[in-house]
Amino acid sequence: MNDSIMSLLDKYHLIAAFAVIGLTMFISHWMSRHLTANRLHGSAIAILIGLALAYFGGIYTGGSHGLADVSLFTGLGLMGGGMLRDLAIIATAYGVRFSEIKKAGVRGLIALFAGVLVSFLAGAVVAVGFGYTSAVDITTIAAGAVTYIVGPVTGATLGASSEVVALSIAAGLVKSILTMVATPLVARMIGLDNPRSAMIFGGLIGTTSGVAAGLAATDARLVPYGAMTATFYTGLGILLAPTVLFLGVRMFF
Amino acid sequence: MVIYGVALLAGCMLVGLIIGDVLGQLLGIDANLGGVGIAMLLLIFVTGYLKTHDHLPESTESGINFWNAMYIPIVVAMAASQNVAAAFSGGMVAILAGALAVVLGLAMVPLLTGKRVEDATPLDARPAAPVQGRTH
Repeated sequence: MNDSIMSLLDKYHLIAAFAVIGLTMFISHWMSRHLTANRLHGSAIAILIGLALAYFGGIYTGGSHGLADVSLFTGLGLMGGGMLRDLAIIATAYGVRFSEIKKAGVRGLIALFAGVLVSFLAGAVVAVGFGYTSAVDITTIAAGAVTYIVGPVTGATLGASSEVVALSIAAGLVKSILTMVATPLVARMIGLDNPRSAMIFGGLIGTTSGVAAGLAATDARLVPYGAMTATFYTGLGILLAPTVLFLGVRMFF
Repeated sequence: MVIYGVALLAGCMLVGLIIGDVLGQLLGIDANLGGVGIAMLLLIFVTGYLKTHDHLPESTESGINFWNAMYIPIVVAMAASQNVAAAFSGGMVAILAGALAVVLGLAMVPLLTGKRVEDATPLDARPAAPVQGRTH
């Protein structure tokens, strides 16, 4: 009896994921209303619950997909995977005014380059501070601080060791998760309440999952603007990190 | 029909991803350069054109709006399938590098946004009253 229910949920994993996420959203909105008097956004609580579940899922299974590695919850991986996420991000652009995007266009572009550069520098400074002296290691860890995709791609191009590549992925994951948590908390302080600052935010932070969740927890109407610039970030990072930025690091080490 | 809206969305996504892929190849990088962003622009232009010519009935719209409304639940599912355990077992180098990148990035937002002008006004000037289940 128990086994047959388990295998049923396993077979209909995406449907089970819809139900689980629906329940999570219900609980989060209830908590937002009754425990925080609407001060903390329901979506923000839902994302925090998701991250906490992912942590325990990862500890429990030792896998790399958080709660989605627990056999009952494999559908979460499909529902929250790149394919449906990108489809939903694109759908948020429906109803966006193009004039807003055009107005912030140049600043968004500047933010993109500044964002890759600043994140790379932050990663490089920390790597040097921890005693790394090889240009390849420093560049790979710094590229990880750009996004967790730029790190391993750069490491593979430069021939970094697998420990350093793992470290760069971890740095990118920390950035993404911290962005999800910190964005709604500091949104008011950094003026993140209009399309223009959302586009600049997307360009500066860049990690798609972090920007997507951080803006969702702040104000969902800002999502298309932030996502628009963030989507160019990883590509730009992969373009710059193993080439110009690596040469820059090699001038010093 | 609802499927027209979903198909329109899917079509924009595929065309955008193909363009992003070609851009990446032209620049010699193994990545999609802004495919999702290009798809978003495509969707804005195509639906804008269809709307002004009155070719976008409500049922078609609802095919796009469904996925728009599914955005937050999908993001929650994404959060639940992140490798959080690995992020925090990477040691202090990873945690500090990631954290410093976030802090500097966030701190630079007001610097680049500049002075508040009329095109950077909040989306709603009303006091923020979170609406249950709001998506847009």
